[in-house]
Amino acid sequence: MTVPKLKLQGVAKRFGHKVVLDGIDLTVGRGESLVVIGGSGTGKSVMLKCVLGLIRPDSGTIEVDGESVVGVRGSARDAYLAKFGMLFQGGALFDSLKVWQNVAFGLIQGRGMKRTEAKEIAIEKLGRVGLKADVGELFPSELSGGMQKRVALARAIATEPEIIFFDEPTTGLDPIMADVINDLIVECVRDLGASTLTITHDMASARKIADKVAMIYKGRIIWTGTRDEVDNAENPYVDQFIHGRADGPITMDVLKP
Amino acid sequence: MYNPLALVGRATLSFFASAGRLAIFAGNGVQHVVRPPFYPSLIGRQMITIGYFSLPVVGLTALFTGMVLALQIYIGSSRFNAESAVATIVVIGITRELGPVLTGLMVAGRVSAAMAAELGTMRVTEQIDALTTLSTNPFKYLVAPRLIAATLTLPVLVLIADIIGVMGGYLVGTAKLGFNYGSYLKSTVDFLEPMDVISGLVKAAAFGFLLALMGCYNGYYSKGGAQGVGAATTNAVVSASVLILAANYLITEMFFAS
Repeated sequence: MTVPKLKLQGVAKRFGHKVVLDGIDLTVGRGESLVVIGGSGTGKSVMLKCVLGLIRPDSGTIEVDGESVVGVRGSARDAYLAKFGMLFQGGALFDSLKVWQNVAFGLIQGRGMKRTEAKEIAIEKLGRVGLKADVGELFPSELSGGMQKRVALARAIATEPEIIFFDEPTTGLDPIMADVINDLIVECVRDLGASTLTITHDMASARKIADKVAMIYKGRIIWTGTRDEVDNAENPYVDQFIHGRADGPITMDVLKP
Repeated sequence: MYNPLALVGRATLSFFASAGRLAIFAGNGVQHVVRPPFYPSLIGRQMITIGYFSLPVVGLTALFTGMVLALQIYIGSSRFNAESAVATIVVIGITRELGPVLTGLMVAGRVSAAMAAELGTMRVTEQIDALTTLSTNPFKYLVAPRLIAATLTLPVLVLIADIIGVMGGYLVGTAKLGFNYGSYLKSTVDFLEPMDVISGLVKAAAFGFLLALMGCYNGYYSKGGAQGVGAATTNAVVSASVLILAANYLITEMFFAS
């Protein structure tokens, strides 16, 4: 059996008395696209940050290519972080830098590449997401939301990472731009042959991107299956979520009048 | 909830927790200050923001302080016929105390606030997390250049403030109080010892480090959107100012003994 690209086992995290992750088990195979669906506040973002080492889990193991990465430091940490790319929910572009410098950031700072060389790659990646070279000379604040997302995508793929995380890639976009982003994600990932982990609550996006789907609820993975199995899942939680019903086993903490 | 013992305990715990977190943050920052790789262009840009753009406010502060100092000392010393001491006391007061402290406080107001707001916004919009995913250590890229730039720039600013402050005293002394041009300058220089200036510059470097540290620390750990960034900015300026005044006493006492 081959070693999975990314494997989480029993990952738990609490902030004070609030349990956010309650033992997450998850595997992403090589070249596989896993989409984790779940409502707001179910611990999706915290899970990603645990894998990236931005938050340290209280317990559980996280393995990348079969090697444990929880709490590693120094050059070992740099080495494993170099395998990742991430598209942040709000784009998280550096507003003090031009667009091309944003895209080239990982190449210049992380890989020590020369600026001229990195700029060529950055412009090529911008072209890859359908942006012209002159956009590279603008600042992120001068771009529309959809363009910012595309720049963020270009930055995430610029270093050709082996694993890419997408944190709600379509949130805040109109349906057409959302679909454009979905297409770009599918293409870019196929070209790179990367494994991806996407978290979203947009089912249209999940159906388009996913090979496999997992549902997170109250800090646990309660269901996993292939993309096609989602629509016929017997699981009442999944059923409620994909049809977006207020009534069902998932209750929101909303006070009724 | 309102048990006085519990309140005291909670306040004590949270005080030591923040003090410990700040100490770890400072240790981390210093570690990246002394270890390569360095970012000369980032340090240069910070030096311009901290130093060059602070010149107007620092210059004006020093000018008026020197002027008022000459007036007040004249009034005080004329009560026991010691008017001739005005120049000497102005230059010692400016170089040892008022130059570094007022420069530190003014720059803290400008720079700590700006750093806290910038880093806080970067934290809130996940730009600091994005740095990590792009194989760049945020301490190395954001904190270390600011610490280095502030520590190096403040002594230069204070030196300029010293000169302008003494000039302010000279203006008032000669134009209003009737001192002779040459003898005012002579008594300024005659009784000035190198240690007066050096201790002021040492203070300046320490204040520069502290104000950058407080700006970065409060910004780095800010949370909760616009309100959090606002709170971080306020805390940065207040804590930097208080620490500068406290450090001022400690450093003065250190030099006083020797």
